Parts: sequence; C-alpha cells; structure tokens
Amino acid sequence: MKKFTQHTGIAAPLDRANVDTDMIIPKQFLKSIKRAGFGPNLFDELRYMDEGQPDQDCAGRPLNPDFVLNQSRYAGASVLLARENFGCGSSREHAPWALDDYGFRAIIAPSFADIFYNNCFKNGLLPIILSEEQVDQLFKEVEASEGYQIVVDLERQVVITPAGDEFAFEVDAFRKHCLLNGLDDIGLTLQHADDIKAYESRRRHEAPWLFDAIHN
Amino acid sequence: MAGKTLYDKLWEAHLVRQNEDGSSLIYIDRQILHEVTSPQAFEGLRLAGRKPWRIDANLATPDHNVPTTERAGGVDEIVDPVSRIQVKTLDSNCDDFGIVEFKMNDNRQGIVHVVGPEQGMTLPGSTVVCGDSHTSTHGAFGALAHGIGTSEVEHVLATQCLIAKKMKNMLVSVDGELGAGVTAKDVVLHIIGVIGTAGGTGCAIEFGGSAIRSLSVEGRMTICNMAIEAGARVGLVAVDDKTIEYFKGRPFSPQGELFDKAAQAWKELVSDADAQFDRVVEIRAEDIKPQVTWGTSPEMVVAVDGTVPNPEKESDAVKADGIRRALKYMGLNADQKITDIKLDRVFIGSCTNSRIEDLRAAAEVVKGRKVASTLKQALVVPGSGLVKAQAEAEGLDKIFTEAGLEWREPGCSMCLAMNPDKLGPGEHCASTSNRNFEGRQGFGGRTHLVSPAMAAAAAIAGHFVDVRDMMSQ
Repeated sequence: MKKFTQHTGIAAPLDRANVDTDMIIPKQFLKSIKRAGFGPNLFDELRYMDEGQPDQDCAGRPLNPDFVLNQSRYAGASVLLARENFGCGSSREHAPWALDDYGFRAIIAPSFADIFYNNCFKNGLLPIILSEEQVDQLFKEVEASEGYQIVVDLERQVVITPAGDEFAFEVDAFRKHCLLNGLDDIGLTLQHADDIKAYESRRRHEAPWLFDAIHN
Repeated sequence: MAGKTLYDKLWEAHLVRQNEDGSSLIYIDRQILHEVTSPQAFEGLRLAGRKPWRIDANLATPDHNVPTTERAGGVDEIVDPVSRIQVKTLDSNCDDFGIVEFKMNDNRQGIVHVVGPEQGMTLPGSTVVCGDSHTSTHGAFGALAHGIGTSEVEHVLATQCLIAKKMKNMLVSVDGELGAGVTAKDVVLHIIGVIGTAGGTGCAIEFGGSAIRSLSVEGRMTICNMAIEAGARVGLVAVDDKTIEYFKGRPFSPQGELFDKAAQAWKELVSDADAQFDRVVEIRAEDIKPQVTWGTSPEMVVAVDGTVPNPEKESDAVKADGIRRALKYMGLNADQKITDIKLDRVFIGSCTNSRIEDLRAAAEVVKGRKVASTLKQALVVPGSGLVKAQAEAEGLDKIFTEAGLEWREPGCSMCLAMNPDKLGPGEHCASTSNRNFEGRQGFGGRTHLVSPAMAAAAAIAGHFVDVRDMMSQ
C-alpha cells in the first residue's frame, strides 16, 4: 500500500452533505474488473453534462461549469473538503479508488460513513474528521483565497492552514501505523496464523455446524 | 457487571486476538461473493500467490449485472460486453479457486442477500460478510453481518479474518401494534426518517420491541437490510422460535441432532435484560403510516398522506440547501401532496423486498386490477430462482402478468441499474429498493422508496395512493 506521511496540496470544497458513493463513482463504471482508471469518472454525474459510459474517452465530454472540480482554480487539488456523512451508501471500494486515481490524498469532513472511511485506509487515502466549526472555517478560507493549500501531517495528527492554524485530528493507532509505513494488512494478519488456527480448532468443537457445510 | 448485548456476544464469540494497538482480529464464518466487488480481490490473491484460507466458508452468485429478461442462452448472450466479462470473471475465479457458485442459470441463483439465508449459508451466531453494504440484511437472524470493501474481501479470502474495531451498541425499539397495510418497509423508512441517514454511524443497531418481534423473519430482513441507510453497518434482531424454525431443512443448515445442538446455542443469541446500550431510540408502532420518500436520501421520507417539505421552513442552512437541491433533482414543488406525484415506472424487487412474502403482498393488491395506462413499465423481479419457482407454484406470476406487470428472472435489476433495467432521465419510479440517490436507478432517474404493497397500489393508480384505502375496497 501507498505510504502517507505528510502531504501539502490545493484544497477543493465540495459543499454538500451526504455525498454518497453512487455520486462519487456511478454504477456503470463498477463493471470494470480492474482497480485503476476510475479517476476520469470521479463524480461523473456532477462533473459532466452527459451520461458517461465505461471505457469512454472523457476528454471530449461536455463539462458542467458549475461543478467545483471543473473550476481552474481547483486544478490539481489533492485535498477534498467535504460535509457531513461523506461516502454514505454502497460499500464500493471503487469510490476511494476513483478519488485516489484523480489525485486526492486526503479528505476532510465533519463525519464519514463507516464503510467508506474504512476503505480509504486500505488505499493510502487519509480521511480526516474535524469539527463542524473547523470545517466551516476551512470552507470559508478555501473559497476566499485562490491557491489555498492545506498541510496534512499524519505523524503529528494535525491539519495546518496557510495562516498557520493547526487542527488536531484522531486516527486509530493501527491505521496510522499502516499508513505511515505503507503496510499490507493481509501480510500483518498472516503473522497471526497460529492464533487463527487455534481459534478454529476451539470453534470447531463449540459450533461444528459452521464448518464443512458449504459444498456442491 | 452489566449484561451483554447481542452484538457484544457475537463480537466476543468471534474475537481471535486483541492487538496492543486497540485493533482486533475477528473471525469470519461466511463470505458471499458476487461479480462486482470480487474480481480485484481474486486478482490480489493471485498477484501475491495466496490461496483462500477456507474454501467451505464461501458462496458466490452473480446478481448485479445479470439480465432479468429471457436468458436461456447463458452468459455468452449477455448483450453488454462489460457486464458479460464481469460475470464470466466471477465464474472463472470460482472455478479456479474451487469456490461453490450458483451460476446465472442455476435455479438457486439470485441476489446474494436472498440466497444466503435461503440456503442456510447464513446461520444465527455466525459472522457474515460480503462486498455489499446490504449485508446488514443477515443480522435479522442474529448473525453479525456487514458490508466490506474489496480489499477486505481479499483479506477475508486470504485469512478468514477481518481487522476490526468494536462498534457502539444502539437499540431501536418499536413497540405496539402495526396497523393494517403498514409493513416492515414502512417501519424501517420511518426509523430512518427519525434518526437520519447518519443516525447509526459507528453503531450496530439492534431492532427490538414487540412490533419487531411480531414481524416474520422476512420482514426483519427488510428492516436490517436498511440499517445501512441509517448509517449502521450492522442491523440485528434477536433469535426467537421463528428464527430457528426458518433454518430447518435448508441445504447448508445443520441437520438432525446437530441442528438440535445448534438450536440450543442459538437460543442464547439475545441481549441480556440488563444489557447496556450506548443509545436507545423508542418508536411507537401506532405512529407509523405507509411511507414514501420524496428526495434523494432515504431520510427524506414522509407518510403517504403528507406533503413534500418546504425549504423555507427549515432553519438549518445546510439542510434547507439539501431540500432545495433534492426538490430540483426530483422535479417536485414544496408543499406538494405525495399522492399527486405521478409515476412512470414501478419496480418491485431488490434485496430489500423481493422475497416470497413481498411478492404475495404486491400480488394481493394488484389481483383482478390493471396497471395504469399512463405507466411505461411495472417490473416484478424475484430475489432468487427459488423465490421465482415458489411464486409460480402459487400462481403469483399469473396475477402479475394479468394485471400488466412484467414477470422477470432473478437479480438486482433496477435497484441499481447495472443491467439493462433502468430509469430514463426525469422518470419517477415507485421502487421497493433501498436507495433514492441521484442517478441510482438510471441517469437522471427519480426514485421513490416504498413497500411492495404501496408500489403495487401505485402501479394500479399511476400515482401514489394510500394502500390502506385500496385494501378496504
């Protein structure tokens, strides 16, 4: 997995609550059997005026000029500023894949939906929860000043504004450790293979109906 | 010491190890796989040279992409080439790794959350995961079940475990007696209207109270299915005699003496009387009327006799903005009566409402009536091949087709429109599915979530009507 230590980047404000994963990446793009290439279809229905199709070249499609990521001042944005309950709905990991493929490294919001939040960490994308007031302040500052850059320091667990304001955020120790070191979860879990086997032999005795039941 | 909740018990029974950093490893008894969220997980296994930890914990079936029209020609005749590749990829992955799969034309194929319990793959007291957020459905049987992303699908395939953090305990208690014409779907939509689409974030919600206990197991599945629309990954209902009865004689259920032994253990799967919940919400069953969503989030819901909200009356600026945006997308006016919303299509199906009881409820309403001539289409899509066969044995298919509804092959269909069943731009649909997000059922489509009986009544009238009025006729 991609490491995340410290990141500085242009912030883009997506000012709506309850942004669902259908909105982040619409269903027709979920037919891909790959992990990469979802960036051009990130927020497809908000970003373009027409209906997008899988494997379509998006270069010639009509853009929605009102959509924030289509505004030149937010070109190259890598920190997404969002509202409450970001990433609700479907469990599709294609949502963080699309955000990552587009170039986002961190998302700041007052709250995230659980499955999306979890999926981000598996892809080197950092979801950051700040208070409503802090997020409001960032929205105001981003909209007021072109080229507004945010620093995210995972080691110190702070978001730093251009004026030097520091907002601390929480992150699970395990997730932080994995992100800082770019560690693969499966490899880590398999270090505990003996524990898993011990659990299975105990469980097989307690609840034998949960074993060897599914077969042709 | 306080007693334990059902969730506490399930968590403790599956705890493999507690790490020093606060994370835990929990054991997963069952994984269901479908074609959309598994290909990258299988690819990951291959790239790392790994094999599934336990083959017999997995079951696969294609559901999201499959056509629901005549499909005797098999996978090769799926018209959309991208869908075809995805279904074929699931077939070849399952063949390569030896995983049991109900392929498209197997009569046991269907929507993962209908098939799992139907086969006795899901069992009380088990942990169940799937790369699909509606895995919360299986909690209706006292199983700890939740949706996961594709990286976690791979993690479970490779290790039979998940790295997890314990959720909070929330109880939603619905007490009293539900009125005639008020169904499980109305109960859960009402709950989401009360607690909001993020009301259960970070929690496992146990649904309790006399109204929940009085529901059939299928009704409980509808409730738990939509726990995720209230933000909770996990929905739960305590085990009772109805739960245990349901699993008798199912193909993957224990049989004979082993069943009796399992049933003894399952009886413990209830929250202790003195269990402590982090949050409790109490709802009176008598307050619940048939529900209709008017907006683009499941929390944007009102009773059928209500009106579309007015953003001018909302004091919270972000919420008022959300209402305005939703009204614009939905093509509705503030203060408009719900019963004045005209419909273009009706969809009866999805993991929320495609089981036999749902189809019976819809058939009862349309029997001897005709679909409104203004409707472009009314679809009935059973949740599995076995549900379809059962419905046909009861003659429900005839009732539907005589009334002018289309009777289809099983799959997810128009719930998320990954197959050819979809809404056109601007079309209003009365749908028994679970999400009314923008574009969910088709680009520019406008979804209204309702119960099967309400969808059936809307199909007859061409606009929303209170199904209770039709029942008295």
